[in-house]
Amino acid sequence: MTGWLGPEEWQAVALSLKVAAWATALSLPPGILVAYALARWRFRGKQVLNALVLLPLILPPVVTGWVLLLGFGRNGPIGGWLEAQFGLVLAFRWTGAVLAAAIMAFPLMVRAIRQGIEAVDPRLEEAAATLGAPRLAVFATVTLPLILPGLITGAVLAFAKAMGEFGATITFVSSIPGQTQTLSTAMFTLLQVPGGEGPALRLAAISVVIAVGALLVSELLARRAARRVAGA
Amino acid sequence: MSLQVDITHRLGEFALEVRFEAPTGITALFGRSGTGKTTVVNAVAGLLAPQAGRILLDGETLLDTARGIDLPAHRRRLGYVFQDGRLFPHLSVRRNLTFGQRFAPAGDGPDLDEVCALLGIADLLERRPQALSGGEKQRIAIGRALLSRPRMLLMDEPLAALDSARKAEILPYLERLRDRTEIPMLYVSHSVAEVARLATTVVVLDGGRAVRAGPAERVLSDPAMVRQIGLREAGAVLPARIARHHADGLTELAISGGRLFLPRMETPPGAQTRVRILAHDVILSRAAPEGLSALNILPVRIIALREGSGPGVIVQMQCGEDRLLARITRRSAEAMALKPDDAIHAVIKSVSVSRTDVGTG
Repeated sequence: MTGWLGPEEWQAVALSLKVAAWATALSLPPGILVAYALARWRFRGKQVLNALVLLPLILPPVVTGWVLLLGFGRNGPIGGWLEAQFGLVLAFRWTGAVLAAAIMAFPLMVRAIRQGIEAVDPRLEEAAATLGAPRLAVFATVTLPLILPGLITGAVLAFAKAMGEFGATITFVSSIPGQTQTLSTAMFTLLQVPGGEGPALRLAAISVVIAVGALLVSELLARRAARRVAGA
Repeated sequence: MSLQVDITHRLGEFALEVRFEAPTGITALFGRSGTGKTTVVNAVAGLLAPQAGRILLDGETLLDTARGIDLPAHRRRLGYVFQDGRLFPHLSVRRNLTFGQRFAPAGDGPDLDEVCALLGIADLLERRPQALSGGEKQRIAIGRALLSRPRMLLMDEPLAALDSARKAEILPYLERLRDRTEIPMLYVSHSVAEVARLATTVVVLDGGRAVRAGPAERVLSDPAMVRQIGLREAGAVLPARIARHHADGLTELAISGGRLFLPRMETPPGAQTRVRILAHDVILSRAAPEGLSALNILPVRIIALREGSGPGVIVQMQCGEDRLLARITRRSAEAMALKPDDAIHAVIKSVSVSRTDVGTG
């Protein structure tokens, strides 16, 4: 197999999977929180929050990457603070690729989860409260199980988006082989040199397999969860 | 155990200003739709915050807007049975039933077996809510509320979504609940038949206000309530005792003003029950009627005559210690020259009886 793809390409595949997995996992808790707030709470600045969440979807990804670089770069206000406090450097590291992918995938994830929450009858949550369940328990025992299909869809969408993220990633963390070079940036780099089409095509095939596989698994899980919820 | 409610809530054009007290037993919040019944129950449950007011349960403050107290719903410990059941679709019947148990404080209360026996739901435990009929769903909802060890049960039209066969299936369970448990209930309904059968106390809501409250027999037999109750449904509710069963298939009931004969009932002699006599099922006669097929004729004394806007007159009568209502035409009232204090006879065409022992009802 190693003859089929060079070690650098394999590194790119592995890094992409790692980045996408981390980006999905880390954005799930805030994704659920923001989706819940947008679906259920009434508060000032709700439209601002909504716009902010959707922003990466509309902005040119290069702009998002650049904003990240300005904010989270080693000289940026947040990046500098993170490095001074925790020794955490994001710019031009794989951790930065996680951040870029998470932010780009966040709108898709929030949208899917929000739709799931809006489909849950809030009167079921009221019923749980009258039975003595505190708010968090209501969320854990009623809301969460009922939004599981939406949660799975949101996570898979986010994972797929994170796998394919390009613009913000290459702007923020560049494409350093073995460090920040993901599937997409590796393909782009390969296409820039003569004779790179072969490996690029193989990477493209791998990304198609991963994407379709993720979609199939999510369909299966979501359908099973929906069946459990509907109890049929 | 008593619940005191005194709340004000304004919703656009609609102003709710309700004040009443619910003692032990079943207190029915009665009124037509749009009179604010559900708003009141939701405020008691803590699902809606009224703009001003106080709600006390057994002296404990659940809500006091003046003092800034608003106990959240999950800390009020009131079981709520909703009109639409609201069972959790992702849980089995068993896990629906036991949902509230883990949040309830330790103490006595019915356990799963007792509740299953009371409501006849033992065979449904492993089913999914989607596989239940409407009547079964409501029984599970009642069981679920009971198992959360509530201090009081709130029921918002629990039978309204059911057809009459399903209603008839559930009513005996509600009567059993009332007679076998100590838990007081606030029961919202727009059905006089349900209220007459179940309630010990009735609070009549009209236009966002509690216009009348008192023992069920008194309130339902009040001619002033005919408008709220509706002409066709107006009637008297009287406590009765099963006196004996006759060989010809009739059951004799003793009421304070005489005896009633009804088709055979299963209830054993000595049991207390409650009869409902609709105003349009009562015929009045000055002389003691003879040669009449009707069995049930009671001597009564007229208390008051009340004219409505139509051609009818509601006659309120004393019958022993209880009251009867009759709806007759104004023409008949004039022809018979009826006036308060007249001693006359009431011929009763039809009587409905609650099926079970109402205890002290």
